[in-house]
Amino acid sequence: MQPAGPGHQGGAGVPEEVFRAHWWPAVAAVTRQLGDLELAEDAVQDACAAALVQWPATGVPASPGAWLIGTARHKALDRMRRESRRAAKEARATLEPEPPGPAGSPAGPPEPWLATADDELALVFTCCHPALDPAARVALTLRSVCGLATAGIAAAFLVPEPTMAQRLVRAKRKIRQAGIAFRVPSRADLPGRLGAVLRVVYLVFTAGHQPASGDQPVRGDLCEQAIRLARSLSALLPAEPEVSGLLALLLLTDARRGARTGPEGDLVLLADQDRSRWDHALIAEGEALVTAALRQRRPGPYQLHAAIAACHSGAESAAATDWRQISLLYGELIRYEPTPVVQANRAVAVAMAEGPAAGLDMLDRLRGDARLARWPQLPIARAELLRRLGRLPEAGAAYRAALELTGAVPERALIARRLAEITGGQNAR
Amino acid sequence: MKYLILLYGKPLPEPGTPAARALIRSWDEAEERMGKAGVLIDCAPLHPPAASTTVRVRDGETLITDGPAAEIKEQFGGFTLIECADLDEALRWAAALPTAADGKVEVRPLVQVPA
Repeated sequence: MQPAGPGHQGGAGVPEEVFRAHWWPAVAAVTRQLGDLELAEDAVQDACAAALVQWPATGVPASPGAWLIGTARHKALDRMRRESRRAAKEARATLEPEPPGPAGSPAGPPEPWLATADDELALVFTCCHPALDPAARVALTLRSVCGLATAGIAAAFLVPEPTMAQRLVRAKRKIRQAGIAFRVPSRADLPGRLGAVLRVVYLVFTAGHQPASGDQPVRGDLCEQAIRLARSLSALLPAEPEVSGLLALLLLTDARRGARTGPEGDLVLLADQDRSRWDHALIAEGEALVTAALRQRRPGPYQLHAAIAACHSGAESAAATDWRQISLLYGELIRYEPTPVVQANRAVAVAMAEGPAAGLDMLDRLRGDARLARWPQLPIARAELLRRLGRLPEAGAAYRAALELTGAVPERALIARRLAEITGGQNAR
Repeated sequence: MKYLILLYGKPLPEPGTPAARALIRSWDEAEERMGKAGVLIDCAPLHPPAASTTVRVRDGETLITDGPAAEIKEQFGGFTLIECADLDEALRWAAALPTAADGKVEVRPLVQVPA
């Protein structure tokens, strides 16, 4: 069934934000009580649909979250009665304290069935469990935690809706059949499991930044969902500096979103961006977060990425960028992410700090790496350094090699402009 | 000598259908025969491969992936039947098995058959 959840247009007088704000806790609380994510999510969906019918007449209840949870419980019990094979779970659910009527009792709801912080965290850790397929973790988090409609998730990841629906059904079935527990991982398991959660949030964010080839608004929405997730996680896990690091990284990156594209949708590189178009409130928040996180002296990859982003956002102009500091931070990052991509980024920073020859040397050592064979950024970076060294024919060859590797329209346009500059307009198309 | 008999067959019928009842009946009879002969240790259907999780330990790091051990270079060489609270606990036991350190072990949940 398709939703009257947060993905749905709010009905008359029912702002969509109400559903958006209460979806996550409602699904979390009902899942804990019924022991079944799929059942809980369907029930909260039904409760949102009921709210759209009832609230325009009765007004939004004083405690909409409690109303949704209470109504979802009733809907879930109805569903279970219809499906007798869930009889065992029904027995368990009926042992829980009975919620007030759907209109909400004036005395307020009993505590045990409202969502706790642990319920909300347990829902995220369940959706991002390493035993689930990585693509399914991202989809399931957007559906069950953020409340996005299946159609919207499918559009965002450019797959047909039935494919996405199937992916979600399989993931939820696996959670039930394999016995993935609904709980916050033990202290011993937390670092690894938290890494999987942060990865999902980061993937949601980067999907929002992919070159637009589908539905533009949906993609911008993904960035906002990722930031909302990171904000909630940072509130739920205040003692984990990597969570603050991730939130800082997302804010600092998102602050530049408006300046990344020119008037005709063309890609504008960091060095050429109009810094007055950056969102300075987001930058201030991101810088404060990463500073506080690093002070805890438990560094990690997200904190380092955020610190690098803060070096850029703190510079008054591209020329004022502290490239020495950035190259040091990339050097640290290699300890956590020993990938050729991080090495290439470090080489570029070294080139900016110490001159193009030093950086080119490091880049050329990466040229044989098969993992970078299809990565257009390597020839682009080489071309830039060769151009600055005045080795124009080699720079031209590197730009042309980069063109072979990228299909993204804004990126191709940028490379073509650079080619035109060094060849005096002869080779540009 | 002990043998694990791997059952490759059709997907299980929907619970509660006549086909499911017939299947349970024929298995009850088969189990009774093996039980009387004293050969049966344990016998259970498995959830489909989609419910499987594969565990490897490399350089002290536990790698967990969704699905069965797809590339079967290793031989199916044995089984360990455990009972524990949930998948996290099962994965910890799985990672502690010697086979996880050089091969792969697949954690496949058994269908709970109501008594």
